Amino acid sequence: MPEISLPTTMLTDVNAAPAARGVPLITIENLALYYGATKALKNISLTLRERVVTAFIGPSGCGKSTLLRCLNRMNDLIDNVRIEGSVKIGGHDIYGADVDVIELRKRVGMVFQKSNPFPKSIFENVAYGLRLHGMRDKSSLESSVEESLRGAALWDEVKDRLHASALGLSGGQQQRLCIARAIAIKPEIILMDEPASALDPIATARVEELILELKENFTIVIVTHNMQQAARISDQTAFFYLGELVEYDATTKIFTNPARKQTEDYVTGRFG
Amino acid sequence: MSQNNNQTKPDRQVWTGIKRGQSWHPVEWVAEKLIFLVSLTAIVMVFLIFAFVTREAVPLLLGQINSAATQTVIPLADMDKTPPEVLQAYLELTPEQFASMDRDTKLLLMQTKLDAAKEAPDDKDARINTTEWRYLFLPYKWTGYEQPSFIWQPVSTIKKYNIVPLIVGSIKATVVALLFAVPLALAAAIYVSQLARPKFKEVIKPAIELLSGVPSVVVGFFALIVIATVLQKTFGYESRLNAFVAGIGLGFAIIPVVFSIAEDALTSVPRSFTQAALALGASRWQAAWQVVLPAAIPGVFAAIVLGFGRAMGETMIVLLASGNASIMSWNLFDSARTITATIAAEMGEVVAGGDHYRILFLIGSLLFVVTFLSNMAAQMVMERLKKRLEGKA
Repeated sequence: MPEISLPTTMLTDVNAAPAARGVPLITIENLALYYGATKALKNISLTLRERVVTAFIGPSGCGKSTLLRCLNRMNDLIDNVRIEGSVKIGGHDIYGADVDVIELRKRVGMVFQKSNPFPKSIFENVAYGLRLHGMRDKSSLESSVEESLRGAALWDEVKDRLHASALGLSGGQQQRLCIARAIAIKPEIILMDEPASALDPIATARVEELILELKENFTIVIVTHNMQQAARISDQTAFFYLGELVEYDATTKIFTNPARKQTEDYVTGRFG
Repeated sequence: MSQNNNQTKPDRQVWTGIKRGQSWHPVEWVAEKLIFLVSLTAIVMVFLIFAFVTREAVPLLLGQINSAATQTVIPLADMDKTPPEVLQAYLELTPEQFASMDRDTKLLLMQTKLDAAKEAPDDKDARINTTEWRYLFLPYKWTGYEQPSFIWQPVSTIKKYNIVPLIVGSIKATVVALLFAVPLALAAAIYVSQLARPKFKEVIKPAIELLSGVPSVVVGFFALIVIATVLQKTFGYESRLNAFVAGIGLGFAIIPVVFSIAEDALTSVPRSFTQAALALGASRWQAAWQVVLPAAIPGVFAAIVLGFGRAMGETMIVLLASGNASIMSWNLFDSARTITATIAAEMGEVVAGGDHYRILFLIGSLLFVVTFLSNMAAQMVMERLKKRLEGKA
C-alpha cells in the first residue's frame, strides 16, 4: 500500500511539545478546479501552517468549501470534476498517482456542515473509524472511544448511554460526536465545513471552545460564514471571492487592517 | 400601514372573511371525496375478496361436507318419513334448490344416489369422510399403501385431500426462489445505488426493472424449455421439472421486485452517511456495506418480504416448470406441486359446490392468510427496526 511520506514532526506523538507550530504543512500551488466547463477555483496558491487554525471566509459560492474538499480529495466523488495544479501535504503531492486516498483521508479528517452521525450507537460511531483502520481489541477500542469523547468534550454527557443511538443526541452533541469520530483515528489535519452553522449559540460556543483546544494537537482548516467566529477562533484567514483567493493573512490583520478594499468591504459587512 | 390605521372600520370588516364557507371550492371538494372513496374501495375490495373466497370453504370448515365414497342411503320408500332438512342435506342441495324442486325430481335424485351406492368401491376407506381435518393435515395409511402417507389425489374413487404435499411444494419453490433471487437482487441494488457510475446506473436500473414487465407465462416457458434443460445437464438429477427449476424461474420473476424496492431504500439513505464514512478513510465498498446497508435495513427487509409474497403467490411459472406432481418430499429435485398451481390446474375441472371445489377454496384462503400474516409480521419487524435506527427504542 503506497503511503505518503510526511515530515517526521507530523508522525511524532501529538502530545509532544508544540515546537513545530507554524511550520508550513499544506502547500497549494496554482490550483484550478472545474465542474464540467465551469471553473470553480481559479489558480489558488496558499500555504497552510501546522497546528494553527486557518479560516476560509467568503460569500456563498466563492469556492471555499470546494477548496476544503480538495484537501482530502472528497471532490473525487463528484463526477465531471477536473483539477489542475498541485496540493502538497508535507511536501508530497496528494494528487500524485502513488497516493492511497484511504490513507490520506485517515490523516486528513473532516467534519461536515450538517452533523451526520451514523444511525448506530454513540460508541459505534466513534469506534467505526478505529475498526476501519484495524483496531479489534475491545479494551483498546473502549479506551480510544473514551479518549476521543473526552477530547470532544462530550464524555460527561454521554458516558452513561454509550450504547444508545447517536440520533437521540441534540444537534450540538451530534456535531461534537462527529468531531470525536474524526479525532478518534488521530488525523493530523482536521477540515471543518461550517461546523457550527446549524447550531444554536450555546452549542456553537462549545464547538468553538473545542476547536481552540484541538488546535494544540491538530492542524485545523475551517470554512465559516460567521465573521465573528472566524475572528474568534482562527489564527490565519483566507478570503475568497468568485473562486479566487483575494487575501490571505493573519486573522487580526484581515479583520483590522486588510490590504484589499474588497476584503474590508466583506468583513465589515458592506457586501456578501 | 398608516393608511390602514386611518381606516379602522373597513379593516375590521375584512376579518369577517375568516368565517367558514366564505370560499367554497366544489371541484376540490368533489375530487377529495372521490379519492377518499377510491382508497376506501381498495380496502373494502381486499376484505370482499377474502370473504368470498372463504365463504366457499365455510361448509367444509363447519364439517357439512361428506366426501365418503360410500354413504348411508335412504331408500325411496322412506322419503316421506325423512325430515326435509335431512333430505336436503342428503341430496346436497341448498334450501332454495330444495324448495324449488318437485317431488319427482327429488325422487330421481334419490335414485341416482342409490345407483351410486351400488357402484361404491369395496374398500375399507370408502366410508371415510376425507375432508375431515385429520385427513387434510395428517398422514393416513390408505388401502394399498405400506405406511401412513400424505396423499393429494382429488380425482380417484377414494378422494384424498391431504394438503401437506402442496404446502411443502410451495415452501420448496419459494425458498429456492428467495435463496437465488435475494442475494443477486441485493448485490445489484448495492452496486447500482452506491458504486456504479451514474451513466451505467441509467442503463442498468431500467434494464433490471424491465424484467418485471416480462409476463410470468413467458418466464415460465423459459424455465420449462431452457432453464430446466441447462440445470438438469449441470446437476444430473432425475426429474427434469422439479421444485428447483421452478424456484429458479420464480427467482427471475422476483429479482426486479426485490431489486427495485431495495435500491430505493439504499438510495434514500442520506449521502452524508457515505461521505462521513469515506472521510474516515472507508472504501466505497466499506461505506456501502457497513454504513448504508445497515441504515437501509427496514426498506431492504420490506423488499425481501414483498419478494416472498410474490413468490408464494406466483402461479404460471410454477405451473409450467415444477412438474406438478404432488409428492410429499423435501427433496428439491423431486417434482412438486404448489398451492397456486393446484388451484389454477384443478379449478376448471371441479363440480361447483362439491367437496373438491370447497377444498380448493380452502387452500386459496390459506394462501391469503399466510400472505396476510407474513406481511403483518413484516410490518411489525420493520417498525421496530426503524425505531431502533432512529434511536427511539
